[in-house]
Amino acid sequence: MTELARSASESTATASAEQKAPAKVKARSQKAMIDRYTWYEVVGIYAGIALFLIFVLAPFIEGFLVSLKPLAQLFSTPYNFIPENGSFQAYFDMWNSVPALGLHIFNSFFISSVITLMVIAIVVPAAYAFARFEFTGAGVMLGAFLAVNMFSGAVLLIPLFRLMRSLGLLNTYWAMIIPGAAFLIPSSIWLLRTYLMRIPRELDEAAWADGASRLYTLRRVILPLAMPGIVVISIMTFIGAYAQQFIFALTFNSKTEYMPLPVGLFGFFGRQEVLWNELMAASFVGILPVMVVIVFLQRYLVAGLTAGAIKQ
Amino acid sequence: MTRSQSATLFALGLLLPATLYILAIVAYPLFDTIVLSFTNAALRPTYDFIGWENYERIFSAGNFTEVIIRTFVWTFFSVALKMIIGTCGAVLLNAAVPGQTVFRILTMPPWVVPMAIGIFMWGWMYNGQFGMISGLLQNFGLRDSPLPFLAYGNTAFWATIVTDVWIGVPMVTIYLLAALQSIPKDLYEAAWTDGAGRWYRFRRVTLPLMVPAMLTMSLLSLIATFNSFDIIWILTQGGPSGSTTTMIIDTYRTAIGSFRYGEGAARAVVICIFVSLFCIVYFRAVRQLSKGQIR
Repeated sequence: MTELARSASESTATASAEQKAPAKVKARSQKAMIDRYTWYEVVGIYAGIALFLIFVLAPFIEGFLVSLKPLAQLFSTPYNFIPENGSFQAYFDMWNSVPALGLHIFNSFFISSVITLMVIAIVVPAAYAFARFEFTGAGVMLGAFLAVNMFSGAVLLIPLFRLMRSLGLLNTYWAMIIPGAAFLIPSSIWLLRTYLMRIPRELDEAAWADGASRLYTLRRVILPLAMPGIVVISIMTFIGAYAQQFIFALTFNSKTEYMPLPVGLFGFFGRQEVLWNELMAASFVGILPVMVVIVFLQRYLVAGLTAGAIKQ
Repeated sequence: MTRSQSATLFALGLLLPATLYILAIVAYPLFDTIVLSFTNAALRPTYDFIGWENYERIFSAGNFTEVIIRTFVWTFFSVALKMIIGTCGAVLLNAAVPGQTVFRILTMPPWVVPMAIGIFMWGWMYNGQFGMISGLLQNFGLRDSPLPFLAYGNTAFWATIVTDVWIGVPMVTIYLLAALQSIPKDLYEAAWTDGAGRWYRFRRVTLPLMVPAMLTMSLLSLIATFNSFDIIWILTQGGPSGSTTTMIIDTYRTAIGSFRYGEGAARAVVICIFVSLFCIVYFRAVRQLSKGQIR
């Protein structure tokens, strides 16, 4: 990776206000000169952004409008974008159509939370080892971890299925948690390592000189300082676990009570006509919490995404 | 024991949980895939080694090369569109206009929402009789009959690509946006002082400095797209008549769908070989790029 992009990721990875503030002031002073757009440039930029956001948001807008339409109106022609006498009825009916819906939403959060805790417990020591200690084979090991990222769970599905079966974990939460966590560990190691490398080495050495053990140094000196980085990887891991829970849940679990939301939503399919309005309503209730999260934690997400994309 | 030796031991100790975990959940299954690919494993508990038979079968069946080619075509268009739309998005969101922060937040939903849910929404939009896209095309008089996108091979192929692009664009956009913002402002000032116009600055300052980030991102999204499963499985399950069957879908159908684990493993091994090749290219490229910068 280039020095430029690396410094970009590092400066965004801190995501700290004190770094952003001077940049903003500087940008403002230059804006008067370089960034002055003519009126047609402004129109062009907004038109471009509008087009881009329509593509990104269209399914959400349509999904929301569908959730407001009664089923009879959904299955009628000609197509009407705006619901006529739309109501929030589907948001009440859905709990009856798929009785386990509440449980599915809970499962999604439960599985993602356990994955996040496991990943942090495994990643923090590993990232510290890669950030601080130079031992033979460190580079190769780091490379091997990163290569894991390149293989998806879908390719390894057959042996994973056999593994889960022989461990007796099929149709349990663990069948979704254990493989789910594995594919989130490598990028988190990379991300936290980048963060830890910026904590001055002198702190470790000072603690060592004062007679602190290595483990004590990690727990009492490094961990508190690494907290912002740990927060970033927690959010990234949670979002990753939350967004990608499908294939393992589809293949390794057939018990309704353990299904996370994406698979649980199939409950709306197995009837004569798919209850699209309730399906969309259920989706919106399920994704509302993450939507709130991205508004408030947007900066951490950007930091995690830019540093998380593997670079060397 | 010297200090450096104990440090190494301590570091290895710290790495132990992560290493064991990855060995058990990724490395062992990878090894098991290779072993299985030489057996006739199926639902029954025992199986025999049958040598290269699985490989001979999948390559002589004829449609496997077709699947490989289709996977590459699908991946190529998907990655190309992601990069084009993502670059445009990043450049637009980098423009200093009011509302920047809000626009950036609005870019993220497809990436943070459970993939399956976004795909369900697309599935309904592609519906021929009642879906939005076909409906709007008819409302605006661009078509006079319903167009069920997922029912024809040709349209289903592109429909799955568009959905894949939709899911991948936010990540590309935000990553490239960060790269754009890391370009030193002085360069623009210098060019501006020399009288360079906006378009000239974009072509001669922005684009060249974006190339490394764009290359990294396209290789990363190449690997992710190549492994894409959820989208095609939910939308078409590989159909109609195999026109959206990529290698991953093909493997899943053979192994989980018809319980031919051995043959499925052989197909998975072929995927792993391609992915490893991409990996090598990626690590090479990344090393080359960082060297180029030092010089």
